[in-house]
Amino acid sequence: MDNLVLAVLGAEDFWFAVPLILSVSFVYAATRHELIGEVLSHAFRIGVWIVGFMAAVFVVLQVIAWLV
Amino acid sequence: MANDALDTKSPLDIELKDPGLAALLAWLIPGLGHLYQGRTAKAVIYFVSIMGIFWYGVYLGGSSELGWGRVVYASWRPGDRRLPYLCQLGAGLPALPALVQANRVRNGKQPLFGGFMAPPAMGGHFDQFGEARRDGEQPTVHELHKKLHRYFELGTVYTMIAGLLNILAIYDAWGGPVILEEDRRREDDETDESQEPSGS
Repeated sequence: MDNLVLAVLGAEDFWFAVPLILSVSFVYAATRHELIGEVLSHAFRIGVWIVGFMAAVFVVLQVIAWLV
Repeated sequence: MANDALDTKSPLDIELKDPGLAALLAWLIPGLGHLYQGRTAKAVIYFVSIMGIFWYGVYLGGSSELGWGRVVYASWRPGDRRLPYLCQLGAGLPALPALVQANRVRNGKQPLFGGFMAPPAMGGHFDQFGEARRDGEQPTVHELHKKLHRYFELGTVYTMIAGLLNILAIYDAWGGPVILEEDRRREDDETDESQEPSGS
C-alpha cells in the first residue's frame, strides 16, 4: 500500500508525459494518413494505446513491488 | 520512386513536387517541406508538435542563472561525448546554433547569446563548493545536473524525441504517407492476380 501511496504522490511527474504522448500520436498518425480527419482519429487511437500500455506497465510494476 | 507511383493509383493525388527539396525543407524547419508541397494541415501538425516539444525541452533544460538551451549542445570531448545531440540534430535549424557555439568554444572564443546551446565547461571550473562562476565562464556538466536536477534529463529527452519525430516527418515529405503506399501495393497485387491466366 505504501508503494501505491508513493506512486500517487509522485504522480505530478506524469504530466511531463502528456506533451510527449500528444506529439508522438499526432506525428505518427500524420505519417500514416493524408486527410486531417483520419489523422485525428488515428492519433486518438494511438494516444489511448500509449496511455493503456503505460498503465499496464504501471500495474505490473506495482504488483512486483507488492510481492517483493 | 514513391512519388512517381502515387500520382496515378493512390486514392488521393498528392503533389509532392521536388521530394528532395521538400525533405531538406522539412529537416530545416519541421513542417516547411509540407508547406512547400501545399499540405498545409500536415505542416501545421508537424510544426506545432515537433517545435512544441523541442522548445519546451530547451526551456526545461535551462535557467536564467545558467543560461538557456543547456540541454542542446554539441560536444565530442573525452568525458563529454554528447550522443543525444545526434538525435536533436534531426530537428534541423533550431538545433544548429549548438554547432556554431561548439566551433567558437573549440577555437577559444566566447560563446554568443549568453551561452545559448554552448557546450559546458570541462573539469577545472567546478563550483560544487558554491563558488561563484566568473563572468562569461560556462557552467560545467556537474553544475548543470546539480542545479537543473531531473529537468536536465527531461529537457534532453524532449529535444531528442523532437529530432527523432522530425525524421518521420522528413520521410513523409519525401515519400508521402505510408498507408497510401500500402494501399497502392495492395491494389497492384490485386491487379496482378486478376491478370494472371486462370487455366495454368
